[in-house]
Amino acid sequence: MEALRLSRRDAIASLVGLPALSALAAALTACGKTRARGLPFGGRIVGPDAARGHLLRSGDLLSRPAARTERVGTAIVGAGVSGLSAAWRLAQAGDRDFRVYDLEDAAGGTALSGANDVSAFPWGAHYVPVPVSPNRALEAVLEEAGALVSRDADGAPEWAEEMLCREPEERLFFGYTWRQGLYPRDGASPEDLAQLARFQREANGLAARRDTRGRRAFAIPTRLSSDDADLMALDRLTMAEWMRAKGYTSPRLQWFLEYGCRDDFGTNLSGTSAWAGLHYHAARLAGEDEDEDPSEFLTWPEGNGRLIALLARSAAGRLAPASLVFDVAPRTTGAPVTIRFLDAVRNEVVAVEAAHAILALPKFAAARVFAPWRAAPPAFLTDMSWAPWLVANLTLRARPLERGFPLAWDNVLHDSRSLGYVVATHQSGQDHGPTVFTYYLPMTDEAPAAARAKLLAASWDDLASAALADLSRAHRDLPGLVTNLDVVRWGHAMARPTPGFLSSPARHLAPEGGVFFAHADSAGLPLFEEAQDAGVRAAEGILAARGARFVSMAAG
Amino acid sequence: MGDGAAGAGPGPGSAPALRPGPVYLTVLAIASCGLIYELVAGALASYLLGDSVTQFSLVIGVYLSSLGLGAFLSRYVVRGVARRFVEAEIAVAFVGGLSAPLLFFAFSSPRWFPPVFYGVVVAIGTLVGLEIPLLMRLLKDTVVFRDLVAQVLTFDYLGSLAASILFPLVLLPRLGLTRTSVLFGLLNAAVAFWSIRLFRDRVGPPGGLFLRAGIVTAILLAAFVAADRLTAVAEENQYADEVVVAESTAYQRIVVTRNRAGFQLFLNGHLQFSSVDEYRYHEALVHPAFAAAPRARRVAVLGGGDGLAVREILKHPEVESITLVDLDPAMTRLATTHPLFLALNGGSLRSPKVRVVNEDAMIWIEKEPDLFDVVLIDFPDPNSYAVGKLYTSRFYSLVKRKLDPEGVLAVQSTSPLFARRSFWIVDATLRAAGFATRPYHIAVPSFGDWGFVLAAAVPPDVKPRLPEGLRALSTDLLPGLFIFGPDVARVDDAPVNRLNDQVLVRTYEGEWKRFD
Repeated sequence: MEALRLSRRDAIASLVGLPALSALAAALTACGKTRARGLPFGGRIVGPDAARGHLLRSGDLLSRPAARTERVGTAIVGAGVSGLSAAWRLAQAGDRDFRVYDLEDAAGGTALSGANDVSAFPWGAHYVPVPVSPNRALEAVLEEAGALVSRDADGAPEWAEEMLCREPEERLFFGYTWRQGLYPRDGASPEDLAQLARFQREANGLAARRDTRGRRAFAIPTRLSSDDADLMALDRLTMAEWMRAKGYTSPRLQWFLEYGCRDDFGTNLSGTSAWAGLHYHAARLAGEDEDEDPSEFLTWPEGNGRLIALLARSAAGRLAPASLVFDVAPRTTGAPVTIRFLDAVRNEVVAVEAAHAILALPKFAAARVFAPWRAAPPAFLTDMSWAPWLVANLTLRARPLERGFPLAWDNVLHDSRSLGYVVATHQSGQDHGPTVFTYYLPMTDEAPAAARAKLLAASWDDLASAALADLSRAHRDLPGLVTNLDVVRWGHAMARPTPGFLSSPARHLAPEGGVFFAHADSAGLPLFEEAQDAGVRAAEGILAARGARFVSMAAG
Repeated sequence: MGDGAAGAGPGPGSAPALRPGPVYLTVLAIASCGLIYELVAGALASYLLGDSVTQFSLVIGVYLSSLGLGAFLSRYVVRGVARRFVEAEIAVAFVGGLSAPLLFFAFSSPRWFPPVFYGVVVAIGTLVGLEIPLLMRLLKDTVVFRDLVAQVLTFDYLGSLAASILFPLVLLPRLGLTRTSVLFGLLNAAVAFWSIRLFRDRVGPPGGLFLRAGIVTAILLAAFVAADRLTAVAEENQYADEVVVAESTAYQRIVVTRNRAGFQLFLNGHLQFSSVDEYRYHEALVHPAFAAAPRARRVAVLGGGDGLAVREILKHPEVESITLVDLDPAMTRLATTHPLFLALNGGSLRSPKVRVVNEDAMIWIEKEPDLFDVVLIDFPDPNSYAVGKLYTSRFYSLVKRKLDPEGVLAVQSTSPLFARRSFWIVDATLRAAGFATRPYHIAVPSFGDWGFVLAAAVPPDVKPRLPEGLRALSTDLLPGLFIFGPDVARVDDAPVNRLNDQVLVRTYEGEWKRFD
């Protein structure tokens, strides 16, 4: 009994960074009954099947003979945003001779979502900022989603009010109470506020900057950004080094900027390229107005699951879930691209012969799948790393008591390593009664491999206790309100934009023997727009290779 | 250091060692009482001070810092630790137990309420903060320090857990604030008795302690029995008149008061109507829309759970069905069953034409399949984001979809005098949703000059057509309602209130502040 209690306490202390004593207290608060069956509600670990993915490691599959052979024009490997966007682009062009393979049972990658009888909810990516510069593919998808409803006289998009994040958008638990906004403004010194204002002016200046070719300093997708030398130099510094060099010493500003890094990249200030850290703040401003606010967010109860469902419709009947692709061999003279996958339902190996393939996988997985990389692992892999994240969905029978500023969409805890939670029912207008809180914990404080090992070793009980203990600091009555708590362990949630990521060869992979590469980590930043852009451009590369006539939908 | 002291054991002449188990139970009880008082103060602040963010966060901050103050002060207790602990316990029982009734009373005096309120919070916080260090010192010679800290904090937090679960789920709904605080005062008093026994070798002469604990228990028992009358008297003080209904629902605090002239409904402390002049408000809300609508067979009322708008609607015999959508079932139950309400609304909600739906109008309107000839919107003023969403262009667009192409909508739109900009924001928002609007207003003495907006696909044409027997409206008066003098005239740059930018909630709060 004592051992269990200790392990839970240790798990909480190491996962959410509570000091050991308060972790013990939080564990007790969180579980109530420390004896016998543990937590007083149900739940389980859901989401990606790590065991299935780990089959790739042994290489045993490579020696299994194929039970049958399929033929397809384009084989898309990976049904995340990039893979599904490639499928969507091919379908747009009238090319439906493709098939999308994914090892999971459901499409979506890290934009996975779920639903119960209270609400739909996200398991990962959960918003898309309103684009500040024209992006045909993105606008087309958002129009299909009903988010882009019309255009004004100048052709500027107008957005569906109910899909723009509803006010109040965000609040911060700081000093025992909830406060409006994300910057911890109460009690800030004049120097703190002066540094904040200076940083905001700097971000606005960077947003307004255009190079001699008219490119933004920080664009979405990133490949449209300027390559001016002083900007490229930012990628050689960490965000922490850049702040030091600029004299940004305010602890509040450091917290605020680190929050941005943790939120978008799963990294801390000393693990983030200054270019990426500034991108977060400058790329979402149109740069036309000196004191403009960052662009608004489009969001849905199920997060980006809304867009996944839409993209998946364009691949209806062409989606092969539970299909673990373990080998992609590029075209050789006279032979097509050859792919082999394990049909996890029938437990048989299937071979696919395709004219083209799109490898829409994160690079660590691609490295085990793509035959030339298995033979000679590409050098860029050693410089890449992926951040592990814990995501929990807490279903509540009722809303917790509130202190201070009312419940918002995004609810951030200042003194926590987590990002707090978003409220799934916020956008539906359901302001009373049951709801679902989606809790995000990027594991930024340790080397990714160590953090990942810890995350994958933790039990449901550990993870649920950690999430609950963390949130209970802001909501002491929360434990009594939870009816279910499911968790997803994302071992490789997103590629970390560490210094040097901009010049990584992974961002400029040319097609090889009919195999195209498309993934957000090909661009460098873990954003919907990046993944979509990668998928759309890979699909257009194949269309071009086939001599099809089309107008590019790629941004820029 | 703790280990050494424990190893040395109690010195010669000192009292025999304590058994730690019973002391841990004491910690458990103290912790739950402490959290309950914090929750009671927090809940009180949210009831009495309404939506005031500053006040509410101050309560928590002051309480927590008082805990720290108590802990700090514990160092000055040098001798007689056990006796001081029992005395502190009796004091917590008294102050904490009577905190809710005392604060309800104090609320009737705006001048004295803040010092009394924070005084009580500081007193409880300090006393509770004093107790745990004293208990730990009592045990420090018996238990290894490492275990002591672990165990004491364990039970401290366990007690908090019990309280935090009990408070929202059992105590508040079953007992209410007053009885909850008195009950936990009694628990503190019981702990005091139990501690006198537990520390009998350490507290010195127990007679005085027993006497004090006994007196406090007697007072608390009396308060528990009389809790209903206490709360009623307190709310009567607050509302200046006799309180006849006081109910906390999942959505709001409903209070009905009565005086010689009539009765009044308050939601979260905000006056909704006074029976003296509500007819002016409800006639103005309902009849101009009917005068402008070519047909009025299917009618919807959004908000308006008091049944008073429905009473006016039923004066139009051509109405075949009325759908009333009000969030709070307790409100529509009151309007359907309480004699005062029945006398005023004439049992309107019992009419076979009426269908009552208890749902958030935002959720309901997306599911509703029917179209309506007339829609009347009677929501509370936009004083929170949850209500503010029902004043957005999104909501009005949804209403427009449920309105017959020739249908007419009337919206209560706060006071164009007290909240001029807010009023014209409602008008601008309706126009942004594609309506043609005609704003109007009428004097309602209990509220002041009160505004409404008529809206339809084309500018509403208000015909001189009213049912018999109205008291405020007449056909020759109707055109005058649409005239706005200079101090309430249209604000040209009124922005649109959108879900993603609820400018109305912020504007409204700022405008009413000037008059409060």
